Amino acid sequence: MSYFSEIYDGIKTLLTGMSVTGKYFLNSRKGAITQQYPDNRDTLQMFDRFRGEVVMPHDENNEHSCTGCQKCELACPNGSIEIIWDRVVDEETGKKKKIIDQHIYHLGMCTQCGLCVDACPSDAIKWAQNFENSVYDRTQLTRVLNKPGSKVRAGVEE
Amino acid sequence: METATLNNTSPKSNFKSEEYFINMGPQHPATHGVLRLLLTIDGEIIKKVEPDLGYIHRSIEKMCEKDSYQQIVHLTDRMDYLSSHINNEAVCLAVENALELEVPERVQVIRTILGELTRLSSHMLWWGVMGMDVGALTTYFYGFRDREMINDIFEETCGARLTMNYNIPGGLMHDIHPNFVKRVKEFIAHFKTKLPEYDRLLTGNVIFQKRTKGVGILSKEDAINFGASGPVARASGYSCDVRKYHPYSALDKVNFKEALDTAGDSFARYTVRIREMWESLSIIEQLIDNIPEGEHKVATNAVIKLPKGDFYQKVETARGELGVYIISTGTKNPHRVKFRSPGLSNLSLLNHIAVGGKIGDLVATMATIDIVVPDIDR
Repeated sequence: MSYFSEIYDGIKTLLTGMSVTGKYFLNSRKGAITQQYPDNRDTLQMFDRFRGEVVMPHDENNEHSCTGCQKCELACPNGSIEIIWDRVVDEETGKKKKIIDQHIYHLGMCTQCGLCVDACPSDAIKWAQNFENSVYDRTQLTRVLNKPGSKVRAGVEE
Repeated sequence: METATLNNTSPKSNFKSEEYFINMGPQHPATHGVLRLLLTIDGEIIKKVEPDLGYIHRSIEKMCEKDSYQQIVHLTDRMDYLSSHINNEAVCLAVENALELEVPERVQVIRTILGELTRLSSHMLWWGVMGMDVGALTTYFYGFRDREMINDIFEETCGARLTMNYNIPGGLMHDIHPNFVKRVKEFIAHFKTKLPEYDRLLTGNVIFQKRTKGVGILSKEDAINFGASGPVARASGYSCDVRKYHPYSALDKVNFKEALDTAGDSFARYTVRIREMWESLSIIEQLIDNIPEGEHKVATNAVIKLPKGDFYQKVETARGELGVYIISTGTKNPHRVKFRSPGLSNLSLLNHIAVGGKIGDLVATMATIDIVVPDIDR
């Protein structure tokens, strides 16, 4: 007798489950979360805080706000940031001033932990939302963030 | 000569019962990662299960010794990646307790909400994979569909979907996003209609119940002896919720019931997790409307130096009790860091509960133990 009741239970629970799946089968468009990537590249909007890669924003005068304090380099857990810096004599005050020569960022080593951007006192580096980082050669993942010929914006140190 | 040996083998001896080894993993989808199981089987009856670890060992504990206390936090994301926020919280609480630092109430409440969201997302993924392991592929898509909403909340507020690294010693990296409260409320309303569907689709199913009821039974004594924790131990009747007994952050301000069962089989472990999802929803509901105003972090020194001594902090992750043990000599790096991960102790009882069952039952048992291999190996 239990044989037949088990068959009955089996069919009953199967239909209960299929009523759930059947509901979604008929309303397949409603509540769909699948994104048609990469077809939706033009409209794809990432969240502002999404950590894609570190960039250094430059203004129209080719100036950035990195003073070369190396706090990001110290904060980085895996040595993704290297700063090559130099001291030059400031023409106005005559004092020696630290400027960056190259702000090197190794994207291949970066774990996107966000500690460097959090540590930066002058908001010189920030997160970009780009996440398509595939390249053919891993040397292309080492980037110099400051543009050639750029200099630090006046008044950033204060 | 060869014909002679063939003739010597009688047809009867071909059916002689013989134990043999078989490898399960390390590239097997049912092992949820790179875990290798050495099975000694007789026909399809399991005689012995030997987990072979080390395929994803990254020496996180050793790496902690060269890192500063802020930098340790991001490594714990990579241990139990499904409850990364709770792992981060454990390290931050350990450092804050050592510094005797009082974090604002706002931070505590946000940490608890995010922790429960992490637990929900982990259990949803587990539910989907659990169904898949016993042969129901639909659950996988439903679990991931609801998990996507939580991932979006994390991505908007923390900046990442899996390895959040949102906690820092002293508070949170940023304040919560303005949309956070709205999105969490939307999610709660959405998920309250979806969780009963989980029950209708899988819990009540006769095939699923036959695969899980009475399979992989763990007694309460064994759960204690093997050091089990989390839903695995609670399904055997061992009340061990760290959130109840050693409340941290804002968990002492909320009312929730500890999900307990006494059967100790795979089905009990399943129902305990489903009930935990309801409790997590209730915890978030109690806190989301009254997040206190205030700062999102307290200022710490740029170089954190813990006082000399050893510090221990335990939290309840989605898988059980995670302990962080830090030995400090007063410098900016810890002398030694030890993580007591729930996955390793829970895996250790697999041999005990899987012996005597079938290979198919082993897959179902492993799914209900809910192993995450990077947490076991570290």
